[in-house]
Amino acid sequence: MNIRAIPKKMVPKRLDYERFGSLYALILLFIISSIASPYFLQLQNILNILRQVSYTGIIALGMTFVIISGGIDLSVGSMTALVGGIVILTLNKFGGEIGEIGAIVVAIVVGMLLGLVGGAANGLIITVGKVAPFVATLGTMAIFRSLTLYISNAGEFRSASSMYPELGMGDLIGIPVPVWIMLGLAVVFHIVLTRTRYGRYVCAVGSNERVARYAAIKTEVIRFTSYLVVGLTVAVSAVLLSSRLNSISSTNAGLNFELDAIAAVIIGGTPLTGGSGTIPGTVFGAIILGIINNMLNMLGVSPYLQGTVKGLVIIGAVLIQGKRR
Amino acid sequence: MQSRMDGMDGVIIKTAGISKEFSGVYVLKDINVEIRRGEVFGIVGENGAGKSTFIKILGGTYTPSEGQIFFDGKPVHIRDAGVAKRIGIAMIPQEVNLVSDLNVYENIFLGNEYRVGAWLLDKKKMMSKARELLHDLHTDIAPDERIDRLSVAQKRMVEIAKAITHDPKVLIMDEPTASLTQYEIDVLLDLMRRLKERGVTVIFISHRLKEVKRVCDRVMVLRDGETVSIDSATDLSEHEIAKRMVGRELDTIFPEKVEAQGTTVLRVEGLSVKGVLHDVSFDLKKGEILGFAGLIGAGRTELAEALIGVRRKTSGKILVHDKECVVNSPGDAIRHGIAYLSEDRQGIGILTSFNLVANTTLVSLGKYCRLLINARKEREKARFYVDAFNIKAPSIETRLEFLSGGNQQKVSLAKSLDPGPEVFILDEPTRGIDVNAKKEIYDFIRQLVMSGISCILISSELEEIIGMCSRVAVMRDGRIAGILEGDRICEEEIMYYATGLKGRAS
Repeated sequence: MNIRAIPKKMVPKRLDYERFGSLYALILLFIISSIASPYFLQLQNILNILRQVSYTGIIALGMTFVIISGGIDLSVGSMTALVGGIVILTLNKFGGEIGEIGAIVVAIVVGMLLGLVGGAANGLIITVGKVAPFVATLGTMAIFRSLTLYISNAGEFRSASSMYPELGMGDLIGIPVPVWIMLGLAVVFHIVLTRTRYGRYVCAVGSNERVARYAAIKTEVIRFTSYLVVGLTVAVSAVLLSSRLNSISSTNAGLNFELDAIAAVIIGGTPLTGGSGTIPGTVFGAIILGIINNMLNMLGVSPYLQGTVKGLVIIGAVLIQGKRR
Repeated sequence: MQSRMDGMDGVIIKTAGISKEFSGVYVLKDINVEIRRGEVFGIVGENGAGKSTFIKILGGTYTPSEGQIFFDGKPVHIRDAGVAKRIGIAMIPQEVNLVSDLNVYENIFLGNEYRVGAWLLDKKKMMSKARELLHDLHTDIAPDERIDRLSVAQKRMVEIAKAITHDPKVLIMDEPTASLTQYEIDVLLDLMRRLKERGVTVIFISHRLKEVKRVCDRVMVLRDGETVSIDSATDLSEHEIAKRMVGRELDTIFPEKVEAQGTTVLRVEGLSVKGVLHDVSFDLKKGEILGFAGLIGAGRTELAEALIGVRRKTSGKILVHDKECVVNSPGDAIRHGIAYLSEDRQGIGILTSFNLVANTTLVSLGKYCRLLINARKEREKARFYVDAFNIKAPSIETRLEFLSGGNQQKVSLAKSLDPGPEVFILDEPTRGIDVNAKKEIYDFIRQLVMSGISCILISSELEEIIGMCSRVAVMRDGRIAGILEGDRICEEEIMYYATGLKGRAS
């Protein structure tokens, strides 16, 4: 072997941050929170935090793929509202005809398809239309929200089903269903990102699209499918959200989800320029945001100030990443 | 401190005991050198010998761990590039460093724009000054051309124009001739002489010893971070310089030529690409090295790009084993056994943020997967190439950005080779790498053709073309001007065809 000693300094430090930085931050925050508030460590509180972050956390998993491949998706919040609303409409339409369970299955399938269609729309505008991802999804963000408002007449989608809420409210050995789904998806996505060709290609495209194209990678296909992935996670999140509330507000549902999802990815150590990133990082990033919200509530900080703290954390995370580089 | 005498006896830069260490490892040890005013001072050495570190210290990118620099007799601390610029040291980096969205004159004056009043830019003055500078360099680049439309060589010319805008006292050039054609090199060397006449000191780093010998007054040889010798260039033969660089006797650098084995593997008929290629036809035999010579812009890289499906052809056929192939994407090319090693290593060849393993298997990843990537198999293959190509890296997990140019090139080679091509197109495979690594790559190309792979070697180094190829196609203006064989493969013949003195009119 020609593996020869080269000064330690040449070994990238950034890797450490990517892999563990968000975990260190999470542990630190956890310790501070346990000291600051006696209620923090109570199981119910922890589970609450996890459930609260799971909706945007699930979307952040898909967002990780998009951002690693060099894109961004601003439309996830309003897509959540649109998909959630139509899932409820489907549920109500079929509820009387094929029984509740059948209707729920149909509604979920419709939701997933709709998520894929929304993602495909973004993906096509970006890859075929060659519109910058920021602009394309800014446009669809407006479109999805407007369609939701139009369909519901700016009101609420309310489900008539009594079984549907059990999906979102339920738990398995004490842990809420959405948390299970977030963790399950995280495991799958982690394997896809690190152990499959697709995951490798996503990183390659984000790292240098030209190199990837010359290496016979179908870069447009990779970019397109990353939007399908995030569309699917949006659909999952929309189903969970709508079933928890048994309704979807056309004005409020999914509001600012794109910010939380992108923030979780960034705090998790994925650079906004793409090329690398980790799924565990994103999960830690999402939980960090959740704990911060939770603590600020417990400490009685004005809810109006919570956005400030969140913003500072995001900027701080990026600053640290920049310094490490 | 030092006496101020230095300034008067014509020494512009003096280094006293300059060393540089990274985490306890010395990459530069006790360099003592006096560089005189108005001389061309050559620095040669293998990759990793410390050349770049040394000039980065002079240019303010690094600060020395030990030692003192005197500029014009006065001790100076070159903390950053700004200080270097202020005292009159300009540096042309090895990699092109221009803003591709801006045009030529905007890049030349980036950060030093001429103004009308306090706020408005004086475009006219910048345009005319830029035109003047470029004219000095004997290039016909338009000052308002966008950078991304220029060839690599043209970009380098702009980089040089940018560096001499500020009338530096010392101009440092790190491998400026890499990727330039002979004509452009002549222009550049001539420019160096003219700068020298104006009293400018030029510090010149190059792997091309012929140029060093031609243009330098004195040559410093570095090896493993230490000074081996500083001598007048006229006292040294190229052979002697090379010997000192590697620290041993070098045998001839080119391996023995191999006879082609007969059957035609690739046939190209009437290939045209709108605006760049016109009716290109040639064939390539099994185990042959077919050279492609020509000036920059003659269409050689464009031909390679058409062969691998990056450029859409307007007419013509590509036949592999006498069967016509549809090649519309790099994927098609790889399926038909055509691989490409790019001249633009960092822009096309490798992913600097990926590690050695992931780069090696980037093209051929399918071979290592069922549903999941077989990491063990992948790492085994990476280790195989590390051994086979003598790649020097801390580990196979190292990101490529931390490897030297020569080692990056070897990884790029491994990547292109791993899918198992029959036809291998090598575009400037030894650009900017040292003598030893070059020899390794030549030997390796020979092994390839011995094993029955056919190579197309695109190169601007005539020596390389002449030393390696059994046939040479010379291109001019997007056409093949002539194909040379046997004794006709020599510098004069190639240049006749390349410049249009012989061969098909365009």
